[in-house]
Amino acid sequence: MVRVRGLALTVPSAAGAVNILRGVDLDILKGEAVGLVGPSGSGKTSLLMVLAGLERATGGTVELDGRRVTAMTEDQLAKLRRDRVGIVFQAFHLIPTMTALENVAIPLELAAIRDAEPRARAALDSVGLGHRLTHLPGQLSGGEQQRVALARAFAPEPALLLADEPTGNLDHATGQAVIDLLFAMRARTGTTLLLITHDRALAARCDRQVHMSDGRITEPVPA
Amino acid sequence: MILALRLARRELRGGVRGLWIVVLCLALGTGVIAAVGTLRAAVDAGLAQDGRALLGGDLEIDTGPQPVPADLIAWLRARGAATSEVVQMRSMLIAPNGERQLIELKAVDAPWPLVGQAGLAPPQPLARALAGQGLLTQQVVLDRLRLSVGDSVRLGTATFRIAGLLESEPDRVATASILGPRVLIAAAGLPATGLVSPGSLVRYAVRLTAPDAPAIAAALPEAFPRSGWRVRDPSQAAPGVTRFIDQIALFLTLVGLTSLLVGGIGVANGVRAWLDARARTIAILRCLGAAPSLVFAVCLIQVMALALCGIAIGLAAGAALPLLAAGLLSPLLPVPPVLGLYPGPLALAAGYGVLIALCFSLWPLGRAARMPGAALFRDGLIPESTRPSPALVAANAALALALVGLTVASATDRRFALYFCAGAGLALLLFRAAAVLVARLARLARALGPPAVRLGIGNLARPGSPAPLLLLSAGLGLSTLASVALIQGNMQHQIRSQLPANAPSFFFVDIQNDQMDAFKRIVASMPARTELRDVPSLRARVVALKGVAVEEADVTPETAWALKGDRGLTYAAAPPEGTRLAAGKWWPETYDGPPLVSLDAVLAKGWHVALGDQIRVNVLGRDVDLTVASLRDIAWQSMGINFFMVASPGLLSNAPHTHIATVRIADAQQGALLRAVTDALPNVTGVLLRDVLGAVSALLDQIAAALTVTGGVTLVAGALVMVGAVAAGQRRRVREAVVLRTLGATRAQIRTAWLTEFGLIGSVAGLIAAAIGSAASYAVAHYILHTTWIFLPVTLIYTLAGALAIMLMFGYAGTSAALRVRPAALLRND
Repeated sequence: MVRVRGLALTVPSAAGAVNILRGVDLDILKGEAVGLVGPSGSGKTSLLMVLAGLERATGGTVELDGRRVTAMTEDQLAKLRRDRVGIVFQAFHLIPTMTALENVAIPLELAAIRDAEPRARAALDSVGLGHRLTHLPGQLSGGEQQRVALARAFAPEPALLLADEPTGNLDHATGQAVIDLLFAMRARTGTTLLLITHDRALAARCDRQVHMSDGRITEPVPA
Repeated sequence: MILALRLARRELRGGVRGLWIVVLCLALGTGVIAAVGTLRAAVDAGLAQDGRALLGGDLEIDTGPQPVPADLIAWLRARGAATSEVVQMRSMLIAPNGERQLIELKAVDAPWPLVGQAGLAPPQPLARALAGQGLLTQQVVLDRLRLSVGDSVRLGTATFRIAGLLESEPDRVATASILGPRVLIAAAGLPATGLVSPGSLVRYAVRLTAPDAPAIAAALPEAFPRSGWRVRDPSQAAPGVTRFIDQIALFLTLVGLTSLLVGGIGVANGVRAWLDARARTIAILRCLGAAPSLVFAVCLIQVMALALCGIAIGLAAGAALPLLAAGLLSPLLPVPPVLGLYPGPLALAAGYGVLIALCFSLWPLGRAARMPGAALFRDGLIPESTRPSPALVAANAALALALVGLTVASATDRRFALYFCAGAGLALLLFRAAAVLVARLARLARALGPPAVRLGIGNLARPGSPAPLLLLSAGLGLSTLASVALIQGNMQHQIRSQLPANAPSFFFVDIQNDQMDAFKRIVASMPARTELRDVPSLRARVVALKGVAVEEADVTPETAWALKGDRGLTYAAAPPEGTRLAAGKWWPETYDGPPLVSLDAVLAKGWHVALGDQIRVNVLGRDVDLTVASLRDIAWQSMGINFFMVASPGLLSNAPHTHIATVRIADAQQGALLRAVTDALPNVTGVLLRDVLGAVSALLDQIAAALTVTGGVTLVAGALVMVGAVAAGQRRRVREAVVLRTLGATRAQIRTAWLTEFGLIGSVAGLIAAAIGSAASYAVAHYILHTTWIFLPVTLIYTLAGALAIMLMFGYAGTSAALRVRPAALLRND
């Protein structure tokens, strides 16, 4: 499903070029759940950004379902995310002026799906927020906001879900509930998952763990 | 208070980012008002300083169409006055090659000018230049008639030699005319021209200098009772100019006030955005025990400190601009302005600035002061539901009333200023209502169209949408420009478009009774088809209405003009063609009773005169009582011959008078007709209507240019506010764009969404601006200019297109900036 070869990301800075990713090789099979662990600054989020086409690699290749992501234009990448990739962020990244329902419906609407709203409603129902459809993000708790983000990510039924520290902004109990929900939804849809986390225990719930350090995959851990 | 000052100073130390829009908006608005006020004061000072020269002495006694009586001169000289007599009229100057030019003729005696000096080129003594049938004129006459200094020209039946150029005359503005350039001759040469005969359109005046001119002016009515002469002192040297300057200044000030009003919207928005950014600080202060009044004071001190900076910048610019632009403006002004620092207009501009700053900042400041400390920790924003205290709402209302009061009190036409305030208030309400309506419609329509369009429509209904602010700031500026453009368009249309339909080609004036047959023969002899109309013309001055002297009569300001000086009067047995009687009856054709008059219905209303009332007029020194027999609706724009008073024949037909004729003739024959008439009847003056309209049109264009420039400033103010609004919301838009791109939106989709949003705002703003512009131009045309209003769709389309273009430009600029942001950087940092 995902094939990464020799991936490099170097960014310029005042103090000289910073090598964030230094030749990452990674394969993720279809339907597989991979936990990506590593210390802060090891390049986990950068890898996710490059996989999602939100950051341009400076070297190497990324293929998704055999299509070379690293060769795509901005708009091709946008369409790829719309049709194939769901993303969940630590900071939720909901649009603050849109209601929960509108936030979930927006990727479906962008894909010109006719029954966007009923599907968004169903997605919110599935995360237990059927009663919060018209609430703005500012009117929801952190846990609720992340559940809306999960509903938004799963609603278009993506082939690949990228989750970057989805519980990082939540307390333990709430975080646990959100993760349970994430795994339950993944199990139901069969979506391929790349989960970034500091939490080894959380990573252990994945089929396989990959360790990153200093911009490299250092320790592939078999599931 | 000291604590508030200390806290405010600490806050200010951290920078005033976010309040720059307050400074800019106030600087622009106060700058315009200060510049207009300073320029007006400079022109007023010019009039006052040169009043003696402009008048031509310490006093002018205008005896109208009657020569200055010898006993008046003797009486004046007996009081130690030095006198100078001036005769003025309109005539034709004829070159040896047959070409002719309408001119303003002035015949002067040896003492002229009593004050100041005439500028001659080549330099020579005035007396020598005018001696021996010498004539002075302007370069434009030589250019048009292809003449040089030294050539001979004909004036009436006399031949003159062009002795030189009259480059300046001290009393030019007092007798300014847009119709023709000046020709100056010696009074001794006037009789030979044959131009002056009983009933001619001629004006006599005597100017004097005397040690105690006011005493002479005071003694004059007693010495010459019932003379009806107009007496003016230097303070009234150019009443027409003063009135004109007053009116233009009023228009420009109100347009400037509109830009300040737009700036006020920017102030409100800037203060709100600034307070939102400081919400955490305010909440912390509240949690630490700061009372709402302290929070309010701290914020108010900061806002007013910045507002005063803006006002000071505006005042400095407003005071300096007329100085810098003096070179450009001088040729356009009727008198040389006396440039300097005028505290009055600057204080007024500062007053407007302070009131606007307070009016528009109190509400958001009052909300901030009442913010509960706990609200901060929920969303870090001042809750939408927070309202200022009732006392502050009352203070805000009082300030708004004070602003209206200042506008009305400082205006020369208070009724107009009041209408302006009411109009501005209505416009604000209209745009506010439109914003609410747009949000509601957007909510209903957000399922329409492709996804990107739906997203754009949805944005209009979202909380915190900038649509209301953008609508208001773009809309008010565009409304001002649309009003100016439509008023200008209406005025130009009145002048230009009616001409081909029913206007004559020529007005011929001063045709003597015994010349009428010859005149008619000449017109009939022209090969082209002609259409001739003629009426008797007398000069008459209204001296009393219903037995009350006109000086004491109760008349409206709009109709007072007809009571000043000599006006045309005619008589007719039958109603003139096209007469529409509004009241009363026309007299029988054979009527020979006491004099009756048919009066313009608009003037009758303004003079409070009804059927049966008496109007006393002075015709060539004799008082005649006319009884109002009928009232007429007059279409002045028809360009035909019209008199506001038409008397019954009889008594008046025996008074010396001339005839006025209009002739319609094909363009190609106009030159031949003018030559034939003025060759055979040298005293007759022919005025080509096209030239008059051209001159009026050029004057209107100048006024319109001034209004458009000032109106443009309103749009600049609006653009500033829009920049502020877009900039304030840009962070949110960038975030939104990044999230949308993350969710799979293409650049085209995001761009389409935002252009839809901004395009809809622009369309609504343009539509409302077009409606407001139409209403305002209708009001000005109908109530001030008293002309019919016409619909000008092309101007409105321009307004709409302008609104759309501006908004799309802003939308595109905002989108492009947002799309340039790298999503990863923002997603990672948040």
